[in-house]
Amino acid sequence: MKALTLPLMAGLIAAGMTPALAQDLSIGLKSEATSMDPQFHQLSTNIQVAKNIFEALTTQDAVQKVTPGLAESWEAVDDTTWRFKLRQGVKFHDGSDFTARDVIYSFCRVPLVENSPSAFTIFTGGIADMQAEDDHTLIIKTKATNPLLPTDLWSLAVLSANALGAEDTVTFGTDGTCEGMGDVPQSHAFNSPDVAVGTGPYKLESYTRGSEMTVTRFDDYWGGKPDWERVVMRPITSDGPRVAALLAGDVDMIESPPIQDIKRIEGEGFHIVDALSNRIIYLHMQQVEDAPGIEGTDGKNPLLDPRVREAISISINREAIAERIMGGYAQPAGELLPPPMFGTSGRAVDTYDVDRAKELLAEAGYPDGFTITLGTPNDRYINDEQVAQAVAQMMARIGINTNVDASTASQFFSRRNALEFPIYMAGWGASSGDMSSPLKSLVATYNADTGMGPTNAGRYSNPDMDKVLIEAMATIDDSKRDEMLQQAETMVLDDFGIIPLHYEQTVWAMKPTLSYEPRVDQYTMATEVKPVAAE
Amino acid sequence: MIVYLVRRLGQSMLAIMAMAVLVFAGVYFIGNPVDVLINPEATQADIIATTQRLGLDKPLYQQFGIFIWNALHGDLGTSFVYGRPALDIIMERLPATMELAVVALFLSVGIGIPLGVWAGLRPKSIAGRTIMGGSILGFSLPNFWQGMLLILVFAVILGWMPAGGRGETTEFLGMQVSFLTWDGLSHLILPAINLALFKMSLIIRLARANTREVCMQDYVKFARAKGLSSRRVVLVHVLKNIMIPIVTIIGLELGSMVAFAIVTETVFAWPGMGKLLIDSINLLDRPVIVAYLMLTVLIIVAINLLVDVIYSLLDPRIRLSEMKG
Repeated sequence: MKALTLPLMAGLIAAGMTPALAQDLSIGLKSEATSMDPQFHQLSTNIQVAKNIFEALTTQDAVQKVTPGLAESWEAVDDTTWRFKLRQGVKFHDGSDFTARDVIYSFCRVPLVENSPSAFTIFTGGIADMQAEDDHTLIIKTKATNPLLPTDLWSLAVLSANALGAEDTVTFGTDGTCEGMGDVPQSHAFNSPDVAVGTGPYKLESYTRGSEMTVTRFDDYWGGKPDWERVVMRPITSDGPRVAALLAGDVDMIESPPIQDIKRIEGEGFHIVDALSNRIIYLHMQQVEDAPGIEGTDGKNPLLDPRVREAISISINREAIAERIMGGYAQPAGELLPPPMFGTSGRAVDTYDVDRAKELLAEAGYPDGFTITLGTPNDRYINDEQVAQAVAQMMARIGINTNVDASTASQFFSRRNALEFPIYMAGWGASSGDMSSPLKSLVATYNADTGMGPTNAGRYSNPDMDKVLIEAMATIDDSKRDEMLQQAETMVLDDFGIIPLHYEQTVWAMKPTLSYEPRVDQYTMATEVKPVAAE
Repeated sequence: MIVYLVRRLGQSMLAIMAMAVLVFAGVYFIGNPVDVLINPEATQADIIATTQRLGLDKPLYQQFGIFIWNALHGDLGTSFVYGRPALDIIMERLPATMELAVVALFLSVGIGIPLGVWAGLRPKSIAGRTIMGGSILGFSLPNFWQGMLLILVFAVILGWMPAGGRGETTEFLGMQVSFLTWDGLSHLILPAINLALFKMSLIIRLARANTREVCMQDYVKFARAKGLSSRRVVLVHVLKNIMIPIVTIIGLELGSMVAFAIVTETVFAWPGMGKLLIDSINLLDRPVIVAYLMLTVLIIVAINLLVDVIYSLLDPRIRLSEMKG
C-alpha cells in the first residue's frame, strides 16, 4: 500500500518544490567505514561504501541474485575449476585498462593486509590456483567443490595492480605466496585517491575519518554515466541527530530512521522506502545436558525435548510483535531466510496456540512449567529488548517463567559465545543470500575442525541434517542444491531446533525528489539512488 | 616551585598508571572484542587466528605487561578496529575537539563574566534577576536535550544553521580548523553554544557571588570614596579580585570539556575525540580506550599545573607559600 501512495505523494511535493540542481547527493549513514581499503574489514559498513569505488567480478542485485560484474560470464569447467570471461574495455579511475592481472593481484593481496579485524581470507582461502588464459579470460581452481564461488567473489574488490605498484606479471600462490606483488600498500594508504583506484562508477575525492567521505563521478565508467556529479557520505551515528540532519536539509537521504520517528518524517513530506531484509531474528535454545539458568526441573534440561521447543514456538504471537513492537516494520518468520530467496521452501509461520502449547508442556512432563533466563542484546537489532520482553511474557502465559537478561551487544555476544544463556534472541543476516549461510552457522553441529556451526551457541545437533547440508554445499547444480537446502532446513524446523521470530525490515528516508531501490542486504549504495523525474 | 612541580608530576604519573590498570581490567571484563569485530560468517579457526593476532589469548597480566612495556617505549598499542596506532587515531581527532572546547570556553568566559559581574553589582535589578534565572536553566536542562532543542530551532525550523558535522576546514598552524570559513563557522556555532551553556551558567553564578562579596570589602569602598570612576573600580579592583576562583573553575572545566565533550559531539555528529571514545567502547577497542583515557588524564593534569602557575601570577601570596612546600 505504501508503495502505491508514495510515488504519488512524492510527485505532488516535487512539483511544488524548486527543481534543485540534481547533481549532488549527500547521505547520512548510521555507522562509519573503518578504512577506505576494501580488503581491510569485512563489515557491511565498509562494503557498502567501497562498492561505489570498487567493483568485483560478480554483483548481487537488490534481492541478492548473483549477476555479472567485471566478469561477463562464467562456467564451471569441472567441480573445482571455473572459467571467467572478463569484461572488455573497462577502465580504472587512473585510465589504465582492466585485465586478469588486476584480479590475480587483488586476490593475492587479501592475505597480505595487516591488522585486519575480520579478514577477507575466508573467501580467498579456498582458492587453489588462478591462471590468466589471456588478458580477459581467468581460470580459478578451488581446493574443494564450492558452488558459491560466484557469490563469494562479489565480496572481493578488484584493485588496480598498476596503481598499487605490482610488477608486470603477477603469479598466484596460496596464502600470500604470490610473486610479482611489488611493495604492497597497506590499508592506510587508501585514504589517498591515488591508491584507492577502482573501476566503479565513482572516484574517491577525499576521506576524513569521523567526518565525511566524498566521491565524484567517473566519466569513463563502463556501465553508463552515473547519476550524481558528487556524493558526500556522512556518518551520523545517533538516531536523533541523523533524523534532524534530514529534516534540516543537511543531507538528502538517511538510512535506518528510528521506527517511532517514521510517521513524523513522512508528515514533513519526505519519502520512506522499506524492504524486507535478509536478517532473521531468532530464538536459540541450549540443547545440551547441563544447560545453565534453568530452574524447577530437578536438574534436567527441558529444552532437549522437541515438544517443549514446539510449545515455546507456538506460545509466541509473532503477528502482535511485528505489528505492535516493530510498528509494522517486520514480518513474522516461518523460515531462516525470507522466501523466495535461495533454499527457502515457503514454509508457513508456526501457528500461535496457547492451549496446544500448554498441552505439549504437560505431555513432556512439565505441567507446571519451569523458570528460565532469556538473553538478548539491547542495542543491536531494531527494538531488540522490547521484543525479548514480549517473548518472555508470552512464554510466561504457558507457565514458563522467563527472566530477560539484556545487555549491550559487546557484552551479549561474548556471554552468548561462552554459552551463558539457556535461551537467547539474536539475529542473522545471510550475506550470501542463500540458505546454506544460516544453516551452516546457526544449526550445523558445532565442530571447530571443520568450521561448521560457529554461531551455534545452542549446540543443536542433528547428524542427518548435517549430512544433507554438507552434500548440498558441495553440489554445483543449482536446482539440486536448492532442493537439498530446503530439505535440510525443513529437518531443523520440524525438530524445532531453532525458532524463527521475524524478518527485520530496512528503512530509508529521503527527499521526495529521490528514489531508492531497497536492498535485502541492507546496504545503502549511492549508485542505486535515482533522481525522480520532475513533472 | 621546582620541588612543587616535581611532586605534582609524580602524583600525575601515579594517576595515569592507576587509570591504565583500571581501564585495562575493566574493558577485559566487559567482553571479548573478537566477538564484536569478526564477521559472523567466520569459522572457529578464523576466530582463534584473530584472537592470537590481537594477543588476546594470553592471560590478562601478560597482556598488561606487554602493554606497559610498549607504552614505556612510546607505543600505546594498535587499534583493534582501525589497525593503526591508537595514538595516531586519537591525534587525528584532537584538533576538532580542541577547537570546539576553546571556542566554547571563550563564549562562556566572554559572556559569563560580564553578565555575572553585572548581576553582582545590581542584584536587585530586573536584569540581574533575569540573568540569574537564565543561569538556572543553563544548569538544570540536560546537555543532550539542549543540543536537540538548538538543532530543532536553528536548523530544522529556522534553517539558519546546519544540524551537524564539521563543514569546511582550512589549515591553520598545521591543524585543520573550521573557524576561518563561514561554512566551518556555521557548523561550529551550535555545538559551541551547547558545550558552553553549562559552563557559562557556572561562571555567571561564581562571578556574581564573588562580585557581591568583593563589593563589601573595605578597599572597594575606599576606592569609591576616593572618587574613582565606577568603571575603574569594577575593572581593576573588583575584576582582579574575583578572578582566582574563576580561573580555577575555567581550568577544571577546560580539561573536562576537552576530555568529555562526548554528549555534544554525539548530538552534533562532531568528529572529535569524544565520539571516537563512544565508538571505541561499543567495539571494545581497548587500545584506543586506554590511550584516550591516559591522554585525558595527562591533559587535565597539565591544565591544572597551568592553573597553579596562573594563580601565582594573580596572587603573590600563593607564590610565597608554594615556594616553601
